[in-house]
Amino acid sequence: MTQTQYIVTCNEQIASGIWSMRLRGNTAAITAPGQFVNLQLPGLFLRRPISVCDWSEDEMRIVYKVVGEGTRYMSRIEVGVSMNVLTGLGNGYDIRPCGDSPLLIGGGVGVPPLLGLAKRLRMSGKAPQVLLGFNSDKDVILADEFTRLGCTVQVATMDGSCGIRGLVTDAIPDHYSYYYACGPLPMLRALLAQMTQDGQLSLEARMGCGFGVCMGCTIQTQYGPQRVCKEGPVFRNTELTTDI
Amino acid sequence: MENRLETSLSGIRLNNPVIPASGTFGFGREMTAWYDIDCLGAISIKGTTPEPRYGNPQPRIAECGNYGMLNAVGLQNPGVKVVVDNEIPQLSQVFHQPIIANISGFSIDDYVFAARQMDQTDGVAIIEVNISCPNVHNGGMAFGTQPQAAAQVTQAVKAVTHKPIYIKLSPNVTDITQIARACQDAGADGLCLINTILGMRIDIARRQPVLANRYGGYSGPGIFPVAVRMVNQVARSCQLPIIGCGGVSRAEDVIEMMMAGATAVEIGAQNLVNPLACKQIIEDLPKVMDRLHIHNIKDIIACVNE
Repeated sequence: MTQTQYIVTCNEQIASGIWSMRLRGNTAAITAPGQFVNLQLPGLFLRRPISVCDWSEDEMRIVYKVVGEGTRYMSRIEVGVSMNVLTGLGNGYDIRPCGDSPLLIGGGVGVPPLLGLAKRLRMSGKAPQVLLGFNSDKDVILADEFTRLGCTVQVATMDGSCGIRGLVTDAIPDHYSYYYACGPLPMLRALLAQMTQDGQLSLEARMGCGFGVCMGCTIQTQYGPQRVCKEGPVFRNTELTTDI
Repeated sequence: MENRLETSLSGIRLNNPVIPASGTFGFGREMTAWYDIDCLGAISIKGTTPEPRYGNPQPRIAECGNYGMLNAVGLQNPGVKVVVDNEIPQLSQVFHQPIIANISGFSIDDYVFAARQMDQTDGVAIIEVNISCPNVHNGGMAFGTQPQAAAQVTQAVKAVTHKPIYIKLSPNVTDITQIARACQDAGADGLCLINTILGMRIDIARRQPVLANRYGGYSGPGIFPVAVRMVNQVARSCQLPIIGCGGVSRAEDVIEMMMAGATAVEIGAQNLVNPLACKQIIEDLPKVMDRLHIHNIKDIIACVNE
């Protein structure tokens, strides 16, 4: 964890209401895919926690949906603006237990952190299957980037306008060694009830601090109260209950 | 060498008046990732109850624009036994300044139980009795809104402890000086004020309260003027030392709070948005003091009342 300044190098819309921002700066504190950053925005007291989509030595990419005041402000930030960021927050995904054929399951704006994960799985010689769910074709993000990494990609949309019609949970393949998920709570609950192999799920929460001191984002788990920002945001399926 | 920032609470020397407020600094240990916490005047650790508590349902944080935030955490803590056996000893290994143990409860017996445990724990210098948590039902703030109940808690805790007892007061009252005087008359060694102000935010798109608990405690820069006013009112009507708290976000605010009547100052919500806040405020204080021709920070305590 560290506080640092980043310079915005790109901020562009990539789908309906979804934006991709690239920031240049020191990324040394980011150690695992699925970690997040907490952005300070002028005129807003609390920082905005956003998952890291991907990163290199001196650049970080975040992909976010405009849902409120903070993200609306973010969508208007211009190239060259300097941002105060708490970086390298949370635990992130552990790629060690992935097995031979890991399955990545993303829903909507939960998809971005899986891209950084897919890249690291590819770097360790794995061929991830990727299952992405969206409402409609206008909401689809990053699918082609997973393909370019060499992943097998299946898209599901609620209205059938892209890929298969239905939910990601309707399209779980028969064979996979382990799964990694990020998406809306109903999707995560369905996965906890349905999946036959173990996996890791990334949660979202309203946060105060983002680094474990305010207890604002705590959830109940099989092992007692856990902070989404500190012990999470990624939890093992065995830690979570279906009433998350 | 003379320390211009030195202050003291009930005979306990603090290297400087800056104290992270309970609930915004965990049990201290978590913050060592950001800086060497030994630079702090003291630490007020996360509010502790006799039994472990999860707190309120999610969501329990809401924003208030530029002015601050609401929280309805609801006293999540692992219970006094874990705090006494694990958290305080671990903090003591990395922090060699006074530890302020913040306790809370739902009955007089709860307060007595937690206070007794803290009184017997090495490393605890001061016990801060929270009778002002707005986020729990049937307890917490109920003791802080009636002079008689505040006096009862104070008296009961004083009867079983030897360490200085500071009562943390609620701003959600008609006349805070009545509560403050009741605590003073019941034997309190000091006061800490203010806790959060009860507030509410509504998600206007969903037409629902933002917080699952409906209401929550408002903290942050927006409450600073209210806190300064209440600290000053209490300083003018009581003789007890005061830890000023509420919306302090920079060195100038520390000075202002002390001029109003505080002997030391707690920093709360600011820690959450700037983890380095307390360290930076301590570093800035001498510069601001130079600018204002303040030699020793102790000299300005309650100066507006002279």
